[in-house]
This record gives sequence, C-alpha cells and structure tokens, in this order.
Amino acid sequence: MDILVYGTVNSVTFALIALGFTLVYGVSRIPNFAHGSIYVLVGFLTYTFINDFNINYPLAIFISLIIASLIGLIIYRFILIRLRGLAASEIIASFAVGLIILEGLRLQGIGGFKGFIGPFYMLPNFIEGKISIFGLFVNYQRLIIIGVGLLLILGMSMFTHFTKIGLSLRAIAQDEHAAMMLGVHSDHAAMISMSIGSALAGLAAVTILPLGNVTPEMGYKVLIYALAICIIGGLGSWWGAIISSFVLGFAIKTSTALFGAMWESVVLVGTIIFILLVKPSGLLGKQKELEERV
Amino acid sequence: MEKVPLLKVENISKAFGGVQAVVNVSFTLNKGDILGIIGPNGSGKTTLANLTTGFVRPNRGKVIFNGCDISKTPPHKVANLGLTRTFQVMRPYHSLSAYKNLIVPLQSPRVRRTRAGKLGDTDAVAIDILEEIGFERDARVPYKIAGSLPLGYLKRLELGRCFALNPIVIICDEIFSGLSMSEITSLIPLLEKVQMEGVTLVMIEHRLRELFRLANRVMVMNFGQKIAEGTPQEVMNNPEVRKAYLGRERS
Amino acid sequence: MVDETRRKKRFDRSIKVRTEGLYAINSWVEMLYLILPRAVFIIGLLTLPLLLDMYWQKVICSAGTYALLALSFDLLAEYVGLVCLGGAFFIGSGGYISGLLNAHFGWSALLCIPIATISGAILSTIVLIPALRLRGIYFAIISFMIPMFARDIIVALSVFGGTEGISALGILPNVWIEVYLILIVVIIALFAIRRLVNEDIGLVFQAIKDNDQAVKASGINITSYKIKAVFIASLLGSFGGAYLSHIYGWVGISLFAMDFSILPIAASVMGGMGTLAGPVLGAFALTPLSEALRGFGQLRVVIYCFILISFIVYKPEGLLNYFQRKYHQFEHWEKV
Repeated sequence: MDILVYGTVNSVTFALIALGFTLVYGVSRIPNFAHGSIYVLVGFLTYTFINDFNINYPLAIFISLIIASLIGLIIYRFILIRLRGLAASEIIASFAVGLIILEGLRLQGIGGFKGFIGPFYMLPNFIEGKISIFGLFVNYQRLIIIGVGLLLILGMSMFTHFTKIGLSLRAIAQDEHAAMMLGVHSDHAAMISMSIGSALAGLAAVTILPLGNVTPEMGYKVLIYALAICIIGGLGSWWGAIISSFVLGFAIKTSTALFGAMWESVVLVGTIIFILLVKPSGLLGKQKELEERV
Repeated sequence: MEKVPLLKVENISKAFGGVQAVVNVSFTLNKGDILGIIGPNGSGKTTLANLTTGFVRPNRGKVIFNGCDISKTPPHKVANLGLTRTFQVMRPYHSLSAYKNLIVPLQSPRVRRTRAGKLGDTDAVAIDILEEIGFERDARVPYKIAGSLPLGYLKRLELGRCFALNPIVIICDEIFSGLSMSEITSLIPLLEKVQMEGVTLVMIEHRLRELFRLANRVMVMNFGQKIAEGTPQEVMNNPEVRKAYLGRERS
Repeated sequence: MVDETRRKKRFDRSIKVRTEGLYAINSWVEMLYLILPRAVFIIGLLTLPLLLDMYWQKVICSAGTYALLALSFDLLAEYVGLVCLGGAFFIGSGGYISGLLNAHFGWSALLCIPIATISGAILSTIVLIPALRLRGIYFAIISFMIPMFARDIIVALSVFGGTEGISALGILPNVWIEVYLILIVVIIALFAIRRLVNEDIGLVFQAIKDNDQAVKASGINITSYKIKAVFIASLLGSFGGAYLSHIYGWVGISLFAMDFSILPIAASVMGGMGTLAGPVLGAFALTPLSEALRGFGQLRVVIYCFILISFIVYKPEGLLNYFQRKYHQFEHWEKV
C-alpha cells in the first residue's frame, strides 16, 4: 500500500520535473540542459527571498517563478537564437549555460557571495502536518505535489488546446514549416516555450524541494531524471513524458523498497538501455522522429 | 515464357499519423523498362520511392526485388542489392569536393563485391565516373567543392552516386525539376545511355513531355492511389488522369 | 561631400591553387612556408618541458590528457557529426581498467596502459552503441548521462573502491618519461587523425555528418562507421585515463568529473573546431589557466563555460581558423 502512495508521489514528482523539458524540446528541438540548473536556482532564490529579504512565502515563490521564466527567455533570446540550425552548437551552448548557473551557485568568495555549500538550505512545507490515508501517514506536502501535478497537466492541456498561444506551440511542435507558413513565428514560439518550460522547472522546484534540502548537486540529478524520462517517453512527447514518469516512478519505488536505495541508478540506466534497444523512439515517440526526413 | 519481374510491389500502403500517403498500390517493373510515375503534388510518389527503397516501412503490402522480399530491409542493404535512388531535395556532401562525394558509395560492400579485385585508386575511379556523366575534367570541375556547384551538376552528381554502385535499378525522384530546357535536353542522352547499358529506370516526374519521350510505360498516382497505367499515349488519353491534373472535365 | 567607400579584398597567396589543400610548390621558400607552422608546433611542444619547473611539468601532463580529449571531441563533432558531452567516461574507463589491472595483477604500468587503452575504448564504444542508431541529439544526451551513471553505480554498489578509489598504483619511472610520453602521444595522435580524415574512411565520416540519408542510399551502413569513429575517439580518451591513473597513482570517481567533459569542449570551440590542431592548442592554453584558478574552486568551470559561450556566439570559427585565414590570405582595403 505504501508503495502505491509513495509510488504515485514519486511519479508525479518525476512528471513535474520532466514536463518543462519536454515542452521546450517539443517546440524548439533544443534540449534545455539548463533545466536542472533553473530548478536549483529557483530553490535558492526562494530561500534567499524568505530568509534574507523576509518576503512572505507565496510572494517569494511568485517572484522566483517570474525570474525563472525571464532567465529562460534570456537564454534563448541572447544565446540560443544565434545558433538555430547549428545542431552541435545549440547543444554545446545549452550545456554550457546550464553549467554556468549550476557551478556558479557553488562559488565562494566572489564579491561577498557566499555560495551555497552544504545541506543547510531548506524550504518550509506549504502546509505542515500529516494526514492518514488508508492507515498510512503521508505529509501534506506530498499530497500537494500530486495536486499541483494534476492541476498542471489539466492547465497545460487547456492552454495548448484552447488558447491561441498554446495552439501555436502545438503547431510548431507538430510541423515547424507548416506552422511557419500559417504565420506562427518559430522564434517567438521557442521563446515562449523556454519561458514556460523554465517556469515549470521552478514550479517543480518549489513544490518538491520542501521535502528535502537544496544543493547544487541536485541540478545534475534533476537534469538526468528529466532526460531519462523524456527519452523513455519519447523526446518531445508530452503524454509520453507523463506515462514514463509513472512507469519509472513506480519501478524505482518498488525496487528501492525491495532491494535498497542504491539500486535507483541501476534501474534508471537499465530502463533507458531497454527502451533504446526495444523501441528507440520511446514509448510514445514517433518512429519518424528518429531519422531526419528524406 | 513468363518473365520474372525485376521489381514487384504488391498492395503497398503507408499512413503517417492520420494521413494516408500511399493506398494499396501495386506495380511491376521488368528489366530494361523505363517506368514513369506521375501525379499531382502530394499524390504519394516520393513516399512510394521511399517505401520501395527501404527508407520507410510499409504498413501493409510487400516489395519484392529479384525474388527477395525487401519490405523491411534497411535502406543501405537495399542499395547494396542494386536498387538505388536519387533524392528530390538535393543535398550533396557540401564540404567535400565533387569527386570525393563519389568515394563514399565506392566504399559500399556492393562495390567491393562487383568491382572484383583491388579497386585501385578510388580517387581515379571517382573522377572517371564523373567524367562519364559530364563533369569536364579539363575544367577541373570534379575538384570543385560540391556545395558550390550549380544545380545541373548536382543532379548529375546524384546520378553519379547511383552509378558508382553498379546499379540494377535507379529510381530518379524528380531529376528534371529545377533544370532549364537545355540542361534537360543534355541530361536525356545520359539517361538513354544508362538504359542501354542495362540499367532499369523508374522516373518520378512532373515534366510530362520529356518523360513521355523516355518512358515506355507510365503509372499515374493521385491521393496515394494508382489511378492509371499504360503506355504514355494511353495514359494521356485517360479521362481519370485528365481529371486529376486539370480538375473537372469541361463538357 | 563625397563618401569614399572601401571594401576589403581578400585573396590567397599565390602558393595556393584553386582549392583547399592543393598547393603548388615552386621553391624551397614555399615549402618552408608550409612546413613552418607544423614545425613550430612540434618543436615548441617538445621543448616546453625543458623550460618549465617541476610543478608546471605536471601541468603539461594533464594538459596533454585534455588535449587528447579535445582532439577526440573535435573528431566526433566536426567530422562525424556526433557531439560527445561525456568525455569523462573515456577517461574513467581507461583509468579504472588500468588501475584494476595494476592493483589486482600487479602488472607494470607500461603493460597496463596499452591494455587499458584498448579495453577502455571497447567498453566506451559498447556503452554508446545504443545511441548510435538514433539521431545525433540522443548521442549528446546519452553521452552526457553516462559518466554520471558510472559514478553513481560505482558508489552505489561500492565496487572498484567505491568513493575512496584505489590507491598505491604503480607510477611511471620518472617525470621526464611522464611528460614526454604524453606529448609524443598527442603529436602522433594529431597527425594520425589528420591523416585519417582525409582517407576514404574519413570521407565517409564527413559524409555522414553532411547528409546521412544519402550515405545510406549509397549502400553504406552508417551505424558501423559511427561505431568505428567512436572507437577511435575513445582510444584517445582511454589512453588519457590510463595515463593519468599512473601519474597520480590513484583512481577514483573523480575521473568521471565534469571537468573532463567540459574543458575539452571549451578548448575545441576556442581553438577552432574542425582544425584538429586548434583544440589541442586550446587545451594547452586552458589547462594552465585552470591550474592558476585552482584556488577559486568552481569558478574554473564557470570560466570555461563563459569562454565557450563567448566564442560560440561571437567567434564560432575559433582562433586557429582565424589565424590560418590570416596566414593564407592577404587582406587589403581597396577603393570601390
């Protein structure tokens, strides 16, 4: 029973982390290697706002999310936009930006910046306390994660199906040239997706981080999870990411319960290798995505 | 005596997402034919070429080449069997010079098998092939960077890529498109020469007049289906074909 | 008021004939013109250890390793079209295999290094094969993830020394051998790879980068060529790893560090992707910089990335391409 509950929480956690990445990739075909960095950055920003600036919690979250989406926008507008079409350069630049942010958070002694070292940084839960579900005590925060996740999926579905901007993002994701012919500007779409994607990374951060502490190393972990989930689900596929989050979420929870926490990496690697050998385009990926079009 | 067809496509279908690109198409190709495939834009001609050469897998149906079922064979193996194709969207290896472009197909297993013995200097072989297809050696055209060549040469380079493989069949995907009249008229003798040397051609084309001069059989496609087949004359007079190209027949 | 407009006119020196790489040599002077850069490079590199003290000689050792990684990155990225974000795995696999052979069987370093180079390369290639059948983006992502997975698995399963690593490994006889070994390997590797990309197999690599569909239509199995390319590139990295394990006398999970993945990329971009020599020079330039900044901790990585982004956005051709152009072409203003 606890596997069911914790498995669900784990799965939704993964989904929250991966959806921002898959959105950016689906629309602009650029892998956002800064995804994990923005996650961690938002965590630290919120912490700083709460503790050093004494801003109240909800406002701090709100400001951090805005900053996250602005950063996403800036990354695209000033760096990636110049590299569109040069596949190798896009990847390298996105990777470098991610590292700058992540490693930058570890700096010490530059202009009084203390750097975020050590497991001392924690964000408070939204609501303290536990609730009993089927005889199991679960933190409210974990339930909030599930709630936020569901709201997110619902919200994004409505956004991409009913608003003009959302529809244009879906259009570009499906067929870039056709959408451009219909008047959708691909750079604008990419910028919007980068902002939303970064905001989603931030949202995931503020929802999930209260469960533990914030360290820069988590940036790499989060990025790897996002990459793994998107590969397994199919790069660029929204529902693929959701489904693979659940598959992986339960797989990892079950294996760690049975064999111990150290098997997490093994399960992750194993699943990726399995998918790459059996259905390389991912669970919901399209076969033609694998090859460039003739 | 029954002639075994060189290439037999049976009831082949392919859908991309919701779009039916090719629906239940069958045709046969005999050695020495020049088969033309025509049809309005979007009728599935290029997809048919992709299906036949292994670049796309059919949802249903079979492709049989020289008696072997190649429906699911990957494209490089299909090329190694002698069934080659050109690409509609021209993309040579633009950072390499023209003759170096041809060294690539000369590395294939097929070439190593059929050009028995040592290949000798692959550079020289490449330049010889280029000369056969009209790259003037004296003007040092073969040495020019492929990305800088004009379209006429690029089309010949595509053909050269197929020639280098000692092909049995060449599927030419819109090889006349984008060329001027004089370029086309200079390309036709090359195609005729190729056919006389024993290569069977399939030509997907829009330029009907030139195609009808070359082809001995023509197949017409529309909306993914084959709507007519026969000699060029028969096809031209077919009312279905006229409707497809010109819209409703005026009474 | 009349505006004088000028434009820059560039033309090649008369020694260059028509296209890249073909030279008409008419005299000894022109032969010298061609040989000079290469000679300066080789001689410069070989005399470097003689000019520096012990500490900086050690720096040359790691610079050489980074140079091999940069070379392998450039080969894969510019000549095959595969962006490898995980050079650290080559280092780690070569290093660990060499360390394990030395620790468990007691074989000398000079025996372990060649064996580890080849087996490390085989391991790296096998691990990357699933990504090679797919589009380039998958290769980038998977190569990024692999060093981290390797590190996690070693720590999680506590094998191969876990977090402490394996120490007390045999080291190379003396410091001169250490330094000259790596320099000679770098020079040989550079010229060998240069030769390789102009051979038939190298042409197929470049063709795969330009248009892999056409290569398939030419009857060539591109996956098998990609495997060959990755194998060659990982040979360089694995040698570096095996070499390092016997310089430090220790292997540990730090061999999978992000440093090994990112500095070669920065060196390549700065030095000039595609030139093969540029990345090597870039590595020799950036490594001392990284040593000088050792006190600043993670600032190093931030700086590499900063340099990388500046170059990739503002001067993507890199330094060596820029200087090569200057060397080979005259520029002057002419009135229009």
